[in-house]
Amino acid sequence: MSKNYLNLFLCLIFITSCGDNISPVDSGLENQIFHFGNGSEPQGLDPHIVTGVPEHHILIALCEGLTSSNPKGGEPLPGMAESWTISEDGRVYTFNINQNAKWSNGDKVIADDFVWSWNRVLTPSLGSQYTDMLYYVEGAQDFYDGKINDFSKVGVKALDDNTLEVVLKNPTPFFLGLLSHYSTWPVHKETVLKHGSIDDRNGQWTRPGNFVCNGPMQLKTWELNNKIVVEKNPFYWDAEMVKLNEIHYYPVTNVMTEDRMFRAGQLHSTYTVPAQKCPVYIEEGNPNLSIDPYMGTYFYRTNTLHPVLKDKKVRKALAYSINRKQIVDKVSQCGQKPAFSFTPPGANGYQPKTEIPYDIELAKNLLAEAGYPNGEGFPVLEILFNTSEDHRKIALAVQQMWQANLGISVELVNMDWKVYLSRESSGDFQISRAGWIGDYEDPNTFLDLPMPGRGNNKTGWVNREYEKLVNQANQTLDQEKRYDLFRQAESILIDELPVIPIYTYVRQIQLSPDVKGWDSNYLDHHHPKYIYLERD
Amino acid sequence: MLLIFLKRVLAAIPVLIIVASLTFFFVRLAPGGPFDSDRAVSQEVLINLQEAYNLNAPLSEQYFDYMSGVLVGDFGPSFRYPGRSVSEMIFTGLPVTLELAVYAILIALCVGIFSGVLAALKRNTFLDFIPMAIAMIGICVPTFLMGPLLVLIFGINLELLPVSGWDNLPGDKILPSITLGFAYAAYIARLSRGGMLEILGQDFIRTARAKGLSERVVVTKHAMQGGLIPVVSFLGPAVAGLLAGSFVVETIFQIPGLGRFYVEAAFNRDYTMILGTTIFFSAMIVFFNLLSDMAVMLFNPRARD
Repeated sequence: MSKNYLNLFLCLIFITSCGDNISPVDSGLENQIFHFGNGSEPQGLDPHIVTGVPEHHILIALCEGLTSSNPKGGEPLPGMAESWTISEDGRVYTFNINQNAKWSNGDKVIADDFVWSWNRVLTPSLGSQYTDMLYYVEGAQDFYDGKINDFSKVGVKALDDNTLEVVLKNPTPFFLGLLSHYSTWPVHKETVLKHGSIDDRNGQWTRPGNFVCNGPMQLKTWELNNKIVVEKNPFYWDAEMVKLNEIHYYPVTNVMTEDRMFRAGQLHSTYTVPAQKCPVYIEEGNPNLSIDPYMGTYFYRTNTLHPVLKDKKVRKALAYSINRKQIVDKVSQCGQKPAFSFTPPGANGYQPKTEIPYDIELAKNLLAEAGYPNGEGFPVLEILFNTSEDHRKIALAVQQMWQANLGISVELVNMDWKVYLSRESSGDFQISRAGWIGDYEDPNTFLDLPMPGRGNNKTGWVNREYEKLVNQANQTLDQEKRYDLFRQAESILIDELPVIPIYTYVRQIQLSPDVKGWDSNYLDHHHPKYIYLERD
Repeated sequence: MLLIFLKRVLAAIPVLIIVASLTFFFVRLAPGGPFDSDRAVSQEVLINLQEAYNLNAPLSEQYFDYMSGVLVGDFGPSFRYPGRSVSEMIFTGLPVTLELAVYAILIALCVGIFSGVLAALKRNTFLDFIPMAIAMIGICVPTFLMGPLLVLIFGINLELLPVSGWDNLPGDKILPSITLGFAYAAYIARLSRGGMLEILGQDFIRTARAKGLSERVVVTKHAMQGGLIPVVSFLGPAVAGLLAGSFVVETIFQIPGLGRFYVEAAFNRDYTMILGTTIFFSAMIVFFNLLSDMAVMLFNPRARD
């Protein structure tokens, strides 16, 4: 009898495996179907509501803004706007909308679509979380705050169907870069209004069958927590350039599952690489491992309102006694670079000139000057981090370095993500781990963070000189002078160290050698119109 | 028996109301809110978001609004996934989780009962020791280890079966069903063996054998009816546990079931989703327990008293 069961089981396996045994990666190659590991289930597909990287990966295929990300990094490329002019004072941008630009239902994209869409983003009851992306536009923040009720007073106007004029509060040299962020992209007015009002967060317009947008692909199916399929949009203005027929996005939350899917030929690219496997793959020389520079910094926030940490000598002592090279070589082990500035070097040509020495003697002296010779009398501080084995390893290394180099003890406190965020926001921490990824390729996306009053500052640090320099930089049109002002601001930041940079991120994924047109860029924006599948 | 059934159904209503009320207030006590994110939102944005979901209203008003919605089957919108209602998400994930649970329980029953009964009949022989040793391994090895092990063998090394997915590739349901079923098969095997051993030693079995009935009839008709009662009582909580506890298998195999929504909702502080899934799973647990009690009464008349 038991033999019968065994036979049944083997038959079952045999029948299923006798079918078409071609892997998705192989069949994808034949049909130009790209199988993409996408981290987690996207919150949604409304570019004005969602936040997050998985959402961006899908939206970059479905919609397009006035400019589009440059696949090789640097200055953005034309998108819905085929060209633009900037006034001499750098405040007025005139965009010429591409006359071939169409929505995925065949309607023409016109300048007024942008006016209506930005009105939507700035409508408070929609609850968009990226409204500050548009605050550079004249009157935008006043409209959001209810100081003006007439949207026509906001600095965005359709001069005619093909011309859009945007007036900024101040010259904003990175404004074009902001426009490749999805929160500034247009949505199809008629479609949105057909399925809800302008401020309806729960409108059904993003469902398959309803969804209309203007990107190289269009939404085909969306199976919750299973996969999203997008297919080529024949109405896209640059449709000839698009070689992929479909992209399948899989929301694989478990990194080990994703790794196994890749190894079994179910994915062309993964969202990430399991941290414990990265050094193994590097050692093995795994040809599928792709490690690219990424515009992000891993750092520790210090609470500058804390009685001990308010002394910058203490903060410096802590920062100078961390061996960053050892952390990236022995702990993170996946190609990360030690960080000696807050802004990652090379952001659109910006090179910070700051240094954070690893100098134990100097750190000890600073601590002694602060009143804690050899760490005597120094209270036990806490390092707060969100629950993750990777963060724990780094915190353990830092804890050990401070103990060995300065003679001070710290406790490690790990918290659930939301508790960690809540404690950070309310200032209920001493030292906390953090990470910041640039929204656009410009130093401002980093140097704006420690500005006084910014929600992401969280350190309590206020420095008016720093604020003045950053503001001045953002009103300077000459790029060299501007970067020089940023460098001065960054020097103040690294001298004061409300944030202690640890390392610069890299983007580590597994990528099938069949994937072509996948260029490395600092923001990790990979426009699907340049990607295709081909076997060497 | 119908009266008992109705009584139990009526008793379940206050249980569910208490569960819903406690969950409603407890999730709000947890630190962190649904709109906290690493990119801090401004106070104005936060107020507007809370306004959009009626979170600025007094708690009592929110509670009565929510409970009156639940009464008509409306669990509200998900905070994490704008445009999705909690009911829609539950009913999207439920068929998948149910299907997985059915396959797993079938595997568990077939393998568990067969090896349990065999072990009882061949007591203290290899046919007893081997299945019971395997059952002990099944109980001890957690699904998060069993799953990847099976994937490694059948998915990656032998390339026989897909390593993940549900209804995406042929055969992708086999490994998750076996992984989930195996743990329960182990319990069922031990319960069946214990139950059968107790029954096989009883007088009526000796009488049946003395009457000259074949061993097959003695075992299947007389012994199994009583010997499997522990399995039947185990089945109710087991099915409920399978539904609510399939999260690990769903994550390992990338299955779009309800378990993942449940756990992710807690991490995301998606209040309505936490409430909806908790109420739903509570109702499932109550229902399956009731069902298993009814089945036990059917098999064992003494339990009706």
